[in-house]
Amino acid sequence: MMNTVEKQSMMVQWLGGLGRWCLQSIEKIGDASVLSAVSLAYFFKRPWQGKHIVLQMYALGVGSLIIMAITGAFTGMVLALQGYYTLAKFGSESLLGSGVALSILRELGPVLGALMLIGRAGSSITAEIGIMRVTEQLDALQMMAINPHARVILPRIIATTLALPLLVSIFDVIGLAASYVVGVELLGVNSGAFLGEMVAKVIPMDLYAGWLKALCFGFLVGVICTYMGYRAEPTTEGVAHATTQAVVVSSVSILILDYVLTSFFL
Amino acid sequence: MQSYRKVEVIVGIFVLIGVLSMSWMAIKLGQIGGMGASGYSLKATFADAGGLRVGADVMMAGVSIGRLSSIALNDDSEAAVTLEIQNDVELSTDAIAAVRTKGIIGERYVRMSQGADDEVLTDGDELEETESAINIEDLISKYIFQGKE
Amino acid sequence: MIRTQHLSRKFGTMTALDDVNIHVKPHEATVIMGGSGSGKTTLLRLLASLECPTSGNIYFSDESLVGITQKRLYELRAKMGMVFQYSALLNSLSVFENVAFPLREHTDLDDFIIQTMVTMKLEQVGLRGFEHMMPSQLSGGMAKRVAFARAIAMDPEVVFFDEPTSGLDPISAGVISNMILDLTKKAKMTSIVVTHDVHAGLDIADHVILLWQGKVIMEGTSDMIRNSDDARVLQFIEGRPDGPIPFSRSETAFVDDLMHKPGTVRMA
Repeated sequence: MMNTVEKQSMMVQWLGGLGRWCLQSIEKIGDASVLSAVSLAYFFKRPWQGKHIVLQMYALGVGSLIIMAITGAFTGMVLALQGYYTLAKFGSESLLGSGVALSILRELGPVLGALMLIGRAGSSITAEIGIMRVTEQLDALQMMAINPHARVILPRIIATTLALPLLVSIFDVIGLAASYVVGVELLGVNSGAFLGEMVAKVIPMDLYAGWLKALCFGFLVGVICTYMGYRAEPTTEGVAHATTQAVVVSSVSILILDYVLTSFFL
Repeated sequence: MQSYRKVEVIVGIFVLIGVLSMSWMAIKLGQIGGMGASGYSLKATFADAGGLRVGADVMMAGVSIGRLSSIALNDDSEAAVTLEIQNDVELSTDAIAAVRTKGIIGERYVRMSQGADDEVLTDGDELEETESAINIEDLISKYIFQGKE
Repeated sequence: MIRTQHLSRKFGTMTALDDVNIHVKPHEATVIMGGSGSGKTTLLRLLASLECPTSGNIYFSDESLVGITQKRLYELRAKMGMVFQYSALLNSLSVFENVAFPLREHTDLDDFIIQTMVTMKLEQVGLRGFEHMMPSQLSGGMAKRVAFARAIAMDPEVVFFDEPTSGLDPISAGVISNMILDLTKKAKMTSIVVTHDVHAGLDIADHVILLWQGKVIMEGTSDMIRNSDDARVLQFIEGRPDGPIPFSRSETAFVDDLMHKPGTVRMA
């Protein structure tokens, strides 16, 4: 049986732990903001890092294309299938096109796209920078008068920010095409109704919202994953831990940010 | 350095595909730019525009011919509405705009009915004939109070 | 060439370097020796300005490196080269591109001249013909030689070496030692070597600095170190496990810890 004093001291300990965790998190957020702000400032300074941005666009953007296409296709197909059987109960299959289009454009495209980018590119960013830290490559760059902020961090943040809206748009188009194939060709929804509803219900705001989300998510993934790698403990376990953390933290932040942005746009 | 050229070209193709996807969605789905260029706008005033929203369909004989682009309260405490009509659709000056519902619980849209006049409406004209939204609650309460009297 | 003034560096409460005053003369090989945790790597990183000191100052040919602008530091770095402990080759680039990297970044030389210069540097380290290999395909000794070639690609005035011979077989270690000697004697470069390898260190050195617990305990030529009668120096160069530098790093009495005596100070 625990007495009151013990209970109180446990409570205090727990609260202390919570407080410490909060302070550490705030400290990390501040550190990450400073690191990315300092790095992004090099965008406007010579030497121009265009070549390295292109190289990262290739590694992170083009590299994620296949997985985006596959995810997009199956998302569209599942939505059409699931949506059809739900809508059919109310006899409103004609709404399928608009339902699928709005879900993909506003929510699923940006969110699933960002999650795929984290898995495919984000984890590799953290691991790569972490290994550069462990093997002293970041110091070697310093010694060769190359700023690692400008050379390593900046191109990756720019690349994820630019690549994600493009990837999400490709995701959207493939998803819509796949939902058309399943909805119209397989389930026999009227083609005119499907496309007509789709065009009628989608307003420019839906597109802007989707693109803006993709832009913000891309930026956030870039910032979190480069930060985690750059500040990784310079050991093998440190890099492994940082990579896991980068995936977890960026996925959760994306979902939270998605809620915030959605509440702004509705 | 040869390989960097290749990377550049591939990234170029990637960006092109992405931008094409964006513009396809913008033009085909969002009809950004497309509408403004190929449509003309008409004004209409409704005593009650309940349930109408920006982006709602404008339909004639069940076919979409445009969209509702703005809705506001004018100083006469009526709803002032702007409709964007596709250029290839000609409406006579006495055409009727009515707020209607798709199905019983569906959303509101503007139904246009063609008039008999030979003159056609042009950009910025006002529709004279309008019918307000039929409010089911009002109808029901009317019947109830009629019965009591 | 490089001087330090009352240089100190603390990590939290731990003092890594304490009031270090050294002078690295040009065209000489200066070897910094000491056991693990003696602060020698920290000293090297401070000299190369990869870290900032807690207090004190560092002068690179009479120019203070503390509070220097990044632009000026990067200009000075053109006169510095560094060979890292784990070579630190950029693993996305081939051997050729690694050595060519500083040239491509900081000069406008055309491909033909860069090709010539890289071939010369690789010949100097005995790796001509390995241009197209990737760092992951190299052995430790070869990687270190490539790192060496990269460090001297810009013909720097000072080259820093962090544990150049550690983790290498005796032959590779000998090769690296010879290359450092050649660098100082023939190419007239200044080299600063951090090592715990006593024999390699003393062979290379014109000037030896012996560190112990963040302080300089002995400074002089190799012969002065060999003939020193300081007990700590003797223990280090002879590699005896116990002596003035104690075997046990614990700060509490063994008996007290075993008895779980109250008030016992334990190390974290």
